[in-house]
Amino acid sequence: MTFSGEFLAFMSLALVAVIGGVLLLNLTKVVHMVVALVFTFVSIAGIYVLLSAEFLAAVQILIYSGAITIVMLFGIMLTRHNDTSEPNTGRWRKLLVFVGVLGFAFAVYIGIYNLDLPSAPNDLHVNNTEQIGIELYSKFIIPFEVTSVLLLVALIGSIVLAKKDDEKEAEKE
Amino acid sequence: MSTVPVQAYLALALILFCIGLYGALTKRNTVIVLISIELMLNAVNINLVAFSKYGITPSITGQIFTLFVIAVAAAEVAVGIAILISLYRNKKSVNIDEMDAMKH
Repeated sequence: MTFSGEFLAFMSLALVAVIGGVLLLNLTKVVHMVVALVFTFVSIAGIYVLLSAEFLAAVQILIYSGAITIVMLFGIMLTRHNDTSEPNTGRWRKLLVFVGVLGFAFAVYIGIYNLDLPSAPNDLHVNNTEQIGIELYSKFIIPFEVTSVLLLVALIGSIVLAKKDDEKEAEKE
Repeated sequence: MSTVPVQAYLALALILFCIGLYGALTKRNTVIVLISIELMLNAVNINLVAFSKYGITPSITGQIFTLFVIAVAAAEVAVGIAILISLYRNKKSVNIDEMDAMKH
């Protein structure tokens, strides 16, 4: 196998991503887990660049390592978590889940291993953002609009759910 | 032409998905369970983008679909954190094995 630049970049990004995931499973403090996952998200953005999806890489960094991580950190800080909580779920249950996940991984890996796709030439890397914009506003205009409705529903729903219901209780009394 | 085969991307996505699945099934803190689900969604996004470049008919549609998945994931996180805060206000706990009000 030739060690080209693309291969080296892929290997290092994949290594950082997997290390972030393993740290998520093994660290004890909750904040450290979330910060470990930021590494995974950033290296997934690098993987997108390798796959000639530059716009998605920017979106990934903005949304995942920016917004979602910050929201998660706020969620942790707004709730009192018994830090370094001892995982006293049963060992048998953990072992069972581990074996199940391993079996799933093996089954899917067989499918991946036998995969053989003919490679076709593509021009995804030229004007990637322009291509996405043209496609999004011509073919996918209705899903795009529905997404805006979904975001509005999520906005209103989360405000209603997280709002203190003092006024409601005051009205009842 | 390309030195990294599509199987490598799919294997990376599989590893990340399995880490997310294991974390979502075994962790006790609800925030960590939510973020494990995010990791699983991210792994699926890698699959979509890989097939949009190396699939049988390469096209930009996979990347568009990934954009929609990211939008839905962001909405899901917002609602999930809101539910978490509301539950914490009622139960004074974020451990997922104490949220069993629909079980009894």
